[in-house]
Amino acid sequence: MSDSDKKKPNRRDFILTATTAAGAVGVGAAVWPLVDQMNPDASVKALASTEVDVSSVQPGQSITVIWRGKPVFIKRRTQDEIDSARAVDLSELKHPEKDEDRAKDPEWLVMLGVCTHLGCVPLTDKGDYNAWFCPCHGSHYDTSGRIRKGPAPTNMEVPKYEFVNSNTIKIG
Amino acid sequence: MSDHEYTPKSKVGKWFNDRLPLLTLANHLTDYPTPKNLNYWWTFGGILTFCLITQIITGIILGMHYVAHADLAFQSVEHIMRDVNYGWLIRYVHANGASMFFLAVYIHIFRSLYYGSYKSPREVIWIIGMLIYFLMMATAFMGYVLPWGQMSFWGATVITNLFSAIPLVGDSITTWLWGGYSVDNPTLTRFFSLHYLFPFLILGLVILHIWALHVPGNNNPIGIDIKKPSKDTVPFHPYIVIKDLFALLIFLIIFAFFVFFSPNILGHADNYIEANPLVTPAHIVPEWYLLPFYAILRSVPDKLLGVIAMFAAIFVLVILPWLDTSKVRSTVFRPIYKQFYWFLVADVLILGYVGAMPAEGLYLLIARVATAYYFAHFLIILPFLGMKEKTTPLPLSITEPVLGGSADMAMAKNNSDYKEKL
Repeated sequence: MSDSDKKKPNRRDFILTATTAAGAVGVGAAVWPLVDQMNPDASVKALASTEVDVSSVQPGQSITVIWRGKPVFIKRRTQDEIDSARAVDLSELKHPEKDEDRAKDPEWLVMLGVCTHLGCVPLTDKGDYNAWFCPCHGSHYDTSGRIRKGPAPTNMEVPKYEFVNSNTIKIG
Repeated sequence: MSDHEYTPKSKVGKWFNDRLPLLTLANHLTDYPTPKNLNYWWTFGGILTFCLITQIITGIILGMHYVAHADLAFQSVEHIMRDVNYGWLIRYVHANGASMFFLAVYIHIFRSLYYGSYKSPREVIWIIGMLIYFLMMATAFMGYVLPWGQMSFWGATVITNLFSAIPLVGDSITTWLWGGYSVDNPTLTRFFSLHYLFPFLILGLVILHIWALHVPGNNNPIGIDIKKPSKDTVPFHPYIVIKDLFALLIFLIIFAFFVFFSPNILGHADNYIEANPLVTPAHIVPEWYLLPFYAILRSVPDKLLGVIAMFAAIFVLVILPWLDTSKVRSTVFRPIYKQFYWFLVADVLILGYVGAMPAEGLYLLIARVATAYYFAHFLIILPFLGMKEKTTPLPLSITEPVLGGSADMAMAKNNSDYKEKL
């Protein structure tokens, strides 16, 4: 109603808005280092890849190595385990993924040994699928590391890895 | 704060008080009118203040000997236990002190629930109290991580992974909290820093909590408004001070029993094994005071919903003053609520018990029923009961049941004037 409601912005309003905006950017720029210092530092990132010699692993055996502070399961699967993982109908899965996509070389399954529920390390050759079972809150995984029963939301994560040669896997 | 002006007697006192009225504050605290019918459940405020000061003093001392590094932390704690003069005593007081602190805070909270101390005009005291409780849980959790034993490490892993349930940004937040890709040295050092900071935040909130309390004054076992000061009140000093000290003495006997005769009974044996990121203990349990929330977390089969349920269990407490619609504060005059109150106590104890048990079979079923009942109590029973319940008549004053000759406060003479005021 009054004049002040319809008043056009004058130079003072412009200066106030511009100053506030510049101040907000300045505060943001000053706070960001305080927040970002908590992210992984250079020394943590430097340990981003690791090479593993798997020549001594027999079929049916599984080894655990550390990568980025987390356990990685490297399992040399038996033919039975491969068959049972590949026979599963995708519609039965909570997090549908083909075994072919999880294990490029069917004999070798490489995945983070970290339960996707709350981060415990699952036990090998345990649980309803005789594969992995997390003792913390009872998640059962199959021979492809896929979640089948329990509270975990997703399959165990497959990290980026490659065979450097037939005996060596490079993770990361 | 005080209605009457206070003037120090000495000249120096007056000179100082005119410049900084600390003596006025001290006078307010000693003369503070307190309901004369406060029972021993009201002594836990003082006991909790003692617990906080004890944790801060013992914590500062432990910080002089502890080394916050993933390779050295476990050894440094054993060094405190074996080499440092009286190190074992100071660490056991600190570790058991956390449990005693929670024991007292739970009694304090359930006293509030019984006598309706959270209701108008004391909502802000209650909310500050809940903030203190939340900070206590965060502080205790981070403190438990510092010895870098197996339970430290895996408890930290499980709790920090709760944040990974947040859609889209969950993993980035978890990585940010860890300062890496798993719980490791950067996590330990920041937890130490924050574990040192939080008790001082709690101390600040305690001061606000007491300040907010001194505005309306104490609630009391019959939950009625009283005139202050009047024949219904006594000055805080010496009456309440002496009573609080006596209660503290009894509390210290229990405290000392744990420290000297079973210092590890409330802990977990696995925490005397150094942290190993490759081996998860067969059965991860948090400290006893977090078990009811842990049971709620595990009772929901979905990860995100489980985390939401756990935080909601705390949040319903924050908004409790608006969930309980009854105008009558004290449970003494609420015959039906009294039964539900004890159901809730039993429910929380059951949740605590199943939280310590494996999450399977019958335990899981019980946890689910108890979780559902916990939320039903606050979200369904309290709002409706407040509207429907027929409460018994309230006495006009604290002294009235005594002077009116009735033995039972709840049977005190019905006063229609007072009822109309409600």
